[in-house]
Amino acid sequence: MPDVTTPSGGNGAEPMIRLQDLSKVFPGQAKPAVDSLDMTIAAGEIVVLVGPSGCGKTTTMRLINRLIEPTSGRIILEGEDVTKVNPDRLRRRIGYVIQQVGLFPHHTIADNIATVPRMLGWDDKRIRARVDELLAMVGLEPATYRSRYPKHLSGGQRQRAGVARALSADPSVMLMDEPFGAIDPITRDRLQNEFLRLQETIRKTIIFVTHDIDEAIKMGDRIAILREGSKIAQYDTPERILTAPADDFVADFIGAGASLKRLGLTRVRDVELVQWPTAPRGASRPEVLEALRGSDKGAVLILDEQRRPVRWVSAREIQREDLPLSEIGLPSDAVVQPQATLADALNEMLASRFGCAAVVDGSGAYLGSVEFGTVSAIIQELRRDAREQSRAAADELHAAQAARS
Amino acid sequence: MALTGRPAAEADLSAGSMVAGGTDVFRGRSTSLMGYLGLPIALIIVCAVTLAWVFAQDLGSIERRVLEPGGIVEAFAKHMALTFVSTVFVILIAVPLGVLLTRPGARLMVPPVIALANIGQAVPSIGVLVILALVWDIGFWPAIVALVVYSILPVLRNTMVGLQQVDQPTIEAARGMGMTKRAVLQKIELPLAVPVILAGVRTALVINVGTATLATFVNAGGLGDIINGGLVSNRQTVVLVGSVLSASVALFIDHLGGIAETRLSPKGL
Repeated sequence: MPDVTTPSGGNGAEPMIRLQDLSKVFPGQAKPAVDSLDMTIAAGEIVVLVGPSGCGKTTTMRLINRLIEPTSGRIILEGEDVTKVNPDRLRRRIGYVIQQVGLFPHHTIADNIATVPRMLGWDDKRIRARVDELLAMVGLEPATYRSRYPKHLSGGQRQRAGVARALSADPSVMLMDEPFGAIDPITRDRLQNEFLRLQETIRKTIIFVTHDIDEAIKMGDRIAILREGSKIAQYDTPERILTAPADDFVADFIGAGASLKRLGLTRVRDVELVQWPTAPRGASRPEVLEALRGSDKGAVLILDEQRRPVRWVSAREIQREDLPLSEIGLPSDAVVQPQATLADALNEMLASRFGCAAVVDGSGAYLGSVEFGTVSAIIQELRRDAREQSRAAADELHAAQAARS
Repeated sequence: MALTGRPAAEADLSAGSMVAGGTDVFRGRSTSLMGYLGLPIALIIVCAVTLAWVFAQDLGSIERRVLEPGGIVEAFAKHMALTFVSTVFVILIAVPLGVLLTRPGARLMVPPVIALANIGQAVPSIGVLVILALVWDIGFWPAIVALVVYSILPVLRNTMVGLQQVDQPTIEAARGMGMTKRAVLQKIELPLAVPVILAGVRTALVINVGTATLATFVNAGGLGDIINGGLVSNRQTVVLVGSVLSASVALFIDHLGGIAETRLSPKGL
């Protein structure tokens, strides 16, 4: 059996977190909730703990910031043994985000975010600047949201504030327990994408707990699939977990459609974008028609002054003279960002008229489009891979049987 | 209402069924000036009309002696002292006790303490007063003790319920960020329990302002003196003045309690 505790392909540097022989037995229970777990987590990675309910993934996470005290074993954070240090001080070094967010309802959003900096004794000016910086970072306009109370925020906004609060003292490690679990699917998708984009700049070491394998595939740099007692069944990159599940437990947990799930691994930025003809909102009809005739596509994408997609206009609609350019055609609703997965893009384009989704950068400016054809070619390729793998397995079995008889 | 004494064994501490606190005209912060002053003005008018009518009557010497203005003011002041001193003691005892009983490790202490508070509530207040007068003394302090015993339960119970109904994830988030247990209690749990605790305090105030009329029987003064004076001398006008005054004071105290509830509750809830 290969060593499952260290991720394959690790960069060999000192890991951010090392769990050594960590166990937790709750009083009155015969079986340990976490059974001598060994695990290393590399700096700057999102490691997703995923497994069926009751496998001990949340307990494992809480052992790291010692909200649950381990029965035995050691926790090493940035090379320092923190198993016995003051737990309150330890927790101020570790960001913590939970599903229910747990914002303090009687504190404003700014005060909520300032909780840890205040405990660390920062001066007011520094705290104020940090709060505004974080609010902007998580996409909440500081002037609008600073002095609001949590009850005035939607579920998605609360979770943004929760993430900002966890980041307040710039911890190197963040623990996130199903942070997007209680949010509606559309908002969840958006928050996941935004969080991934944020992570590209902040590069925190993140332990992310979820029971949803699709979320794990999307969010994780590495995934640890846990079975009962927090035993690691496989600890690997999403790619390898999908293509080479370690055993039947992992294969079952991934479920059917592993090849389609790999669409959730490929990002829009990894595929070649198709350029559709575009025209500025103020362009004249002949100019728009000219742009359309110069390409092989059936419609022109009208962009506003900041190059943000506004509407799709087809040749026939250009003839309509009674309405301005910004009101004919169809609104450009299918929009994805480069860090969105192909699964997201596919979702978007299924609802669009021209079978393509506009790709925009962080400020909303148009970069190009992903087309249905691109995604379908990738699906074909993934399916061919899977078919070949299963044929190879069948050949192996056949050869084994032939050898026996 | 939730204040009747229940056997301790059945005393669950779930929020809702037993949280003291009445209807509230101050829900929402945008209460108009009329909302604050309406009731006091009405009460002043009722008292003024009653007094004007009574003094317009042809009063005998007994009435004049009992209803002498200085005497009414003194009875009123004594009544207020009984009400507020007893309520302050109730808060000083019941809130810390409620905090203590909701800490993990104090679980075993909860049933006996609640049982004791229930007994205090269940025994008629006049009985407690008389017993104290027999075994101890008469006057102001025995009356205070009787009032405290009688009204400790709503504050104790609301403190416990108020603390227990604080959202667990909020506490977990606070602990997870590195707040000490003490800081969580001071900055999160107690502020979030304040509305429920204040509802209990308001109930205790109303109980005390009503029960304080009985303090006259242990010679502790108060508006009960006027009512009792009227009853023993069989003077209806005197009884009327005493009753109208004590009823008005009770309504006014409840009104103040309501204002305190809204004003002192943390924002954002």
